[in-house]
Formats: sequence, structure tokens, C-alpha cells
Amino acid sequence: MAEVLFRDALNQAMAEELERDENVFLIGEEVAQYNGAYKVSQGLLDRFGAKRIIDAPIAELGFVNLGVGAAMAGLKPIVEVMTYNFAILSLDAMINTAAKVHAMTAGKLSCPMVLRGPGGAGGALAAQHSQSLETQYTYVPGLKVVAPSTPADAKGLLKSSIRDPDPVVFIESEALYSSKGEVPDGEYTIPLGKGDIKRTGKDVTIIAWSRQMRQLIDKVESYCTTTGLDIELLDPRTLKPLDEELIYESVRKTNRVVIVEEGWRTSGYGTEIVDRIQSNCFDFLDAPIERVTMPDVSMPYSPPLEKIVLPNDERILAALRKVTYTG
Amino acid sequence: MSTPDTTPATPDVPGEKLLRMYRDMVEQRRFEEEAGRAYGMGRIYGFCHLYIGQEAVSTGCAHAMQKGDIMISAYRIHAQALAMGIPAQEVMDELFGRATGNVQGLGGSMHMFDIEKGFWGGWGLVGQQVPMAVGVAFGQKYRNTGAVTVAFFGDGAMNQGAIHESFNMASIWDIPVVFVVENNGFGMGTAVDRVCSVDPMHRLGDSYGMANWAFDGMDVLASHKAFSDAIEIARTTSRPVFLEARCSRFRGHSMSDPGKYRTKEQLEEEKSRDPIPRLAAVLVEKGVATQDAIDAVDAEVREKMKEVAKAAGNAPWPDASLIDKYTYVDPLR
Repeated sequence: MAEVLFRDALNQAMAEELERDENVFLIGEEVAQYNGAYKVSQGLLDRFGAKRIIDAPIAELGFVNLGVGAAMAGLKPIVEVMTYNFAILSLDAMINTAAKVHAMTAGKLSCPMVLRGPGGAGGALAAQHSQSLETQYTYVPGLKVVAPSTPADAKGLLKSSIRDPDPVVFIESEALYSSKGEVPDGEYTIPLGKGDIKRTGKDVTIIAWSRQMRQLIDKVESYCTTTGLDIELLDPRTLKPLDEELIYESVRKTNRVVIVEEGWRTSGYGTEIVDRIQSNCFDFLDAPIERVTMPDVSMPYSPPLEKIVLPNDERILAALRKVTYTG
Repeated sequence: MSTPDTTPATPDVPGEKLLRMYRDMVEQRRFEEEAGRAYGMGRIYGFCHLYIGQEAVSTGCAHAMQKGDIMISAYRIHAQALAMGIPAQEVMDELFGRATGNVQGLGGSMHMFDIEKGFWGGWGLVGQQVPMAVGVAFGQKYRNTGAVTVAFFGDGAMNQGAIHESFNMASIWDIPVVFVVENNGFGMGTAVDRVCSVDPMHRLGDSYGMANWAFDGMDVLASHKAFSDAIEIARTTSRPVFLEARCSRFRGHSMSDPGKYRTKEQLEEEKSRDPIPRLAAVLVEKGVATQDAIDAVDAEVREKMKEVAKAAGNAPWPDASLIDKYTYVDPLR
């Protein structure tokens, strides 16, 4: 095991898959000569050449749809968007095209592509660059959605996503690119659709993904100390399809759930998890499920205000007390 | 920029091929008439966009394409699917929503595909298929297949950003794609000159460094020549080309369109340029076929398409298990 930066784990995953399959190519803004807006594609142009590492014009609708067509034609595109805020311009390509290819052609064509790039909120980027937009994709049949929290997960899941025969929306976090974690040596993949228990506990299950899970991993021991609770951390890793069994198993054990989300309250992905739990584990719940989310506001720029909007210690601790009736 | 002119093609196409083109156009026309009737009787559902009047464009293109080449289009596709060799019964069964349809009743009027025959849909959003088609062509180039992709869109799509992004990408990356706008004068009910600032349309290609020209889309020989030349340029130079097919649709945008945006006289004038009698006249004039032989083709095709519509009404409905069969290649269950 070696300590690896999140961005380097992603880079390793892409390099290994580019090496493994010549039909894999990377296209996106600044991915080649600039070595990536966030340096995730560092060195790939030098290693794999301009045929396979391609700088795109700033035209998200165009180059994401190009990826869809190339996938239909037998390639395995990795399409990088500089951020998911910009990918909004390419939703037509993902929702109307990529997601529909296999179904609408009755299986005659498929779309094995990966859309990837940073999503999520934070970093004093203000309203237009600070949004969690995963539910735009989880809502759509035909798409798979992945949102890893650690370098090891990021690498193993990206490799699986590139090999997957369906379109995969792979959501990273800008705030995580410089985070570090142990990454196994050698070849490995992590299957899509499988969650992971990041800390085993018996009193409360906290469900989160991407950056919010990473922050929980860093802070969970202090939360346990502060509250006296033995907290279980559950990272679904793949949001679609969701590893429901892992969640139900945990809920049947802890009987209490807090969901921490970097997105807005209304229609956030946590509502989907709440729905599945109440449908399948109603008799196991000892308290209503609590969601810690961003309020329904556009992100303010000023750091003290941003801190209020993002899920924070105070609100997470309040939720833990509420579900355990210790507040 | 090289822009071959719009002079009519010299009809150097062999007689046998001319006859096939004639039969193809008549098949498309009679098919669409049957589809229109069936729609009126409530046997075809949803949207239904008829191609009547534009058959010279689909036919000229299909006969200019080679094995391995790919046609990608929007949603006025019944005739294009037929031109590319998808059997009429398969297309009609799809319109009727039956299990024996082209995509087993999952697609309907707007979504049909035959990978082997080179017809890759069948896409319902105005302009969306164009950057996707550039991607397909990109894939062909990446894999050195030598294939050319022909990307059809309507004049209404001219003003979509997707078109401009597509032209730019195809040009900067030397992608072997032939773009063709079927300019029938109206985007639904809006006359093109009210909404498109590029006149003539094909000149948009100049901005993106592409060979471009217009042709008479009501003359199958002009159409065949334009597509042959454009496909040749794309194949040999790997450069994109932009064609403007000037054509007319004799029916409304869709079945619910009464066509109040053009006068009866305008429509009659357009119909006077009907590509089918035009080719019939060439066939007789060149001695390729007698009028009797042409009439026999007409009668035979008319009968065949009646049978096709009748059979579609008796075809089986799809099974409920189809609903989730193709959502994912690997549902991970």
C-alpha cells in the first residue's frame, strides 16, 4: 500500500485502462497539453499521444455527444468535464442520448462511456461553481452514477466504470483532489453497485458519499467521543444502482440513520435513500431519519456564509442527538 | 473553399440503377401514403412525420453510400430507413408498435436502427443527432475503417448550437462526415428566412472551412451526384462537407399540421417539381423503361404497400417483459 493523492489515483486508473484497451481515449477541456485543469490527466498526452488524449473546444454539448457517438461506434470514451456545473450544457447528450441508446435501439447499440469530472460544493466558488448535481443523473434510467470518497475507491471504481458496458457518470470532488489515502499496489477493481462500511459501529448509521464521507472519516472519532455514540459510516460509493442490502443490514443493526449531503434539501439524493429505508426497514427504525443538507439557497461566496450553508459539525452533531433522542 | 456548383448532374448513372432508384422512391411514397392512412385510422400512435416530397434526397444519398458507411438522421425517417434497405414490413410493424417491428415496438416512428445496413437512427431532438454523428464518424476514423458518416438534419436545426459545435469539431479534427441539411423551407410552421440568418444555408460551411454547396433535392440525379461527390471528398481527404438539399415536403410537419403557413398555390408549385414523375420522364426519355413498365412498377408497389399495412395490423404486440430488457447492458443485479 502506498499513500496516493486522489487525483493521482484517478490518473493511475486512466493510465492503466488506456494501456489495457486501445479503444479507451480521453477527451475534454485542457486534458492534453495543459495536463488537466486539476492535473488529473498529468502526463497522459506524453505517454499515450494526441490520438488518444484530446483537447476539446469549450463546447460541452458537442464533445459529450461526440463521446456518445464514439461509444456507439465501439470506442470506450472517457469524457472529462471541467466541472459538473459546465456539464449542465451537455445534459441533452446524457439524458436524451447516452441513457437511451441501448433501450431505444432494442439492444442494437450501446454506450460504454464515462463522463467524469469534479462536482460538489465549496471552496468559495460562489453560486455557479458550487453545486451538487448528482440527482440530475440518478433520476435517469440507463445511467449509472458513481461518487467515491477515497483515493483507493476512486481508482478501483474508475477502472470498473471504464470497463462497464453502460454510460457511467463518475462524480469527483474538486476539494478531494489533493486528499491522500492508501491505495493497494498492483491491479485491482472495485465493482459498481457495492457500498462500503468505512467505520463499523452499533448506535447510528451515517450515510454519505464523495467529499462529505471523506470529512466524516476524518472526524468520526471526535464525533463518537463528543456524543458517546458508536457511529457506523456507510459509503454507498455508487449512487445508481444503490447497494440497498448493505444499507438495510446496517439499519437493522443501528436502527437510527443520519444522511449527510452536500446538495440541497429539496429532491436531494438522500430523499431516495430515506424512501427506500422507510419502505424496507420501517419496523427497524427507532427514530425518524435525519438529513443534514445544504438549505435551498444559492451558494454565497463569503467564507463565513459558505460555512453555514455546507453541512458542518454543529448540524451533524445536532442530527446525531436528534436520532438518539439525546438532544 | 472548394464549392462544386449546383449545375444538374449529367445522368451517367447506369439504367439499371436508375430503375432501382425509381422503385425506391415509389416505395417510399406509397409507404408514407399507407402510413398516413393508418395514422388517420388510429393504427399508428404518437408523432408521425411523413417524408412525402423529399424522396430524391434519401434515395440519392443511399445509392451514393458504400458498404460500411453510416446514415444518421433525425425523426422524419421512415423513407430513409427504407432507402437504406430496412424491409418495409419491419418499418410498418414498428409504426404499429408491434413485436415484429424494427426495434420490437420500443421506438415507433422516430427511432429505427439497422447497424448492418448502416442506418443508425432515428433521433428525436432537433439537432442532437449531429454531434453524436460526429462521434460515430470520429470512432470510424479512430479505428481506420474508411467509412463515411452522413449526418442528416432539418432546416430547423440550423439554429441549434449543437450544429455549430459539430461543424467546428468535425473541422478541427478532420472527421470524415457529410453534413446535410434538408431545407424544405419550413421548420415546422416557421419559414426558414424568419429564423435563420445564414442565406444560403450551405455557406455556413465557409465559416468552418468546409466544402459546401446546394443541390436540387427534388431531382434524384442531382442528389445522387451531390452525395457521391461529398462522400468521395470525405473519404479521400477525411474532411467534413456540408450539403444543402433544397426540397419540399408535400405534407405537414406532422400529422397534426394543417399547413396554414403556405398557400395552395405555393404547394401546387412545389408539387410540380415532384421527383418521382421527373425521374419517370428521364427513364422514358433515355429509353431505360417504357411508360407501361413504369406504370407496372407503380401498380406493383402500391399493392405491396397495401399488403404491408394490412399485415402490420395483424402482427403481434410486444411482451411486457420487454419494458426493462434493454435499460442497461449490465444492470448489475
